[in-house]
Amino acid sequence: MQAQTLSGGFADTATASAVAFRQVMEAMARPGTIHMVTGAAPPAPLSPATGVVLLTLCDPDTPVHLSGALDCDAVRTWIAFHTGAPVVGPSHCVFAVGGWDDLTPLSAYQIGTPQYPDRSATLIVQVDQLEPNGAILSGPGIKDTHSLSLPETRAFQLNAGHFPFGLDFIFTCGDRVAALPRTTVVMHKGAV
Amino acid sequence: MSDYNFAYLDEQTKRMIRRAILKGLAIPGYQVPFASREMPMPYGWGTGGVQVSAAVMTPDDRFKVIDQGADDTTNAVSIRTFFERTAGVATTTKTSQASVIQTRHRIPEEPLSEGQILVYQVPIPEPLRFLEPRESETRKMHSLEEYGLMHVKLYEDISRHGHIATSYAYPVKVEGRYVMDPSPIPKFDNPKLGDMAAIQLFGAGREQRIYALPPYTQVVSLDFEDHPFEASKPDHPCAMCGAENSYLDEVITNDAGGRMFVCSDTDFCEARQAAGHTGTMNGKDAA
Ligand SMILES: [Zn+2]
Repeated sequence: MQAQTLSGGFADTATASAVAFRQVMEAMARPGTIHMVTGAAPPAPLSPATGVVLLTLCDPDTPVHLSGALDCDAVRTWIAFHTGAPVVGPSHCVFAVGGWDDLTPLSAYQIGTPQYPDRSATLIVQVDQLEPNGAILSGPGIKDTHSLSLPETRAFQLNAGHFPFGLDFIFTCGDRVAALPRTTVVMHKGAV
Repeated sequence: MSDYNFAYLDEQTKRMIRRAILKGLAIPGYQVPFASREMPMPYGWGTGGVQVSAAVMTPDDRFKVIDQGADDTTNAVSIRTFFERTAGVATTTKTSQASVIQTRHRIPEEPLSEGQILVYQVPIPEPLRFLEPRESETRKMHSLEEYGLMHVKLYEDISRHGHIATSYAYPVKVEGRYVMDPSPIPKFDNPKLGDMAAIQLFGAGREQRIYALPPYTQVVSLDFEDHPFEASKPDHPCAMCGAENSYLDEVITNDAGGRMFVCSDTDFCEARQAAGHTGTMNGKDAA
């Protein structure tokens, strides 16, 4: 096993994952706000923030789908070693990880059932930029509006239209995370 | 502290609870099932709230516990001590200084702010349970938004009592979708549920459910056009601090049946008294 596989996990799992979860929870509770996370050093092409989210939320109970360039030996073995999460296809995953273009079409993922809408996938989207500008967000968790650089708007509008079914998104970029639950209303900048 | 995992629960359990919390936040008012763990305290002691608190807590938190508004009941003290020991967190009784507040049956009077988390201990998470005992049926009713029976129950109150008699655990509708039990808080507290700056998390241990309200969520108490919801409370000022708009407990003062009304939120009342506010049983107005 390569040294890269063994390294890059949390130094102190309990504390690091507690601190990281609070950032991820704030992100999900306040859609569009950007939070910094630390503690993971995963192999490329995973970003540090993607690594933190995986270490914080994934384990043998959460099948993970890897898409695009992220589906490589280095990432597979790192995830297996540090989380124990099985790697599966998109239709069976609890978490999916990848770039936006690689993760689409969104119809591939579970959006929950009428009685259990929580049984839906969470997509961890690794993006090239994550800035507080671009699309206009409103809905639960947002006092007036927030702005967030989303890879597109139409897919998120369609997703929100399925409520209470739907996917939830965690965006990662470098050491930062933001999130977009299914409840968020997304509008084009300028369309307000 | 080394005898325990941080915040008592093992990492896999905390991850499971954390995932449930994220889904709860994504579907406000919907009850997410989770696999509740045995905690070193009886179920009546808020094990659901304790597990949620354990899953969100970090070593930098300052933790407060209130039981019906008071920080000093046996229940509140033991939960506070539990987290001092297992998570090494600082504790406080001051609402404004707490980052995580676990509560049994009250919302603090002082408005909460962003960065704070309110964790409710919930005995019965299902608002439709007293109408329908079967979980499979209540799940179906929620999925179909079949809430007519709930309104019938409230309306029967009106025909029997002339008003809606339900005064605790008064049901609310969240973002126009899910009907939710706010836990047995007095209905006086219901208006604080909506548009709150803090994150609200609800944990039911025995019933194994977690649900959530993100900040600034729309929460409406169920009512009728001809009988609008009223956040009523005893019509007195607090006898200790003179507050006119806080929720009050009736306290027996002596064997002769003397009684007075005082704030249920002890931190709120003490802070007002410290700031010089007085009521009829306290200070210069006292008989
Ligand atoms: Zn008072």
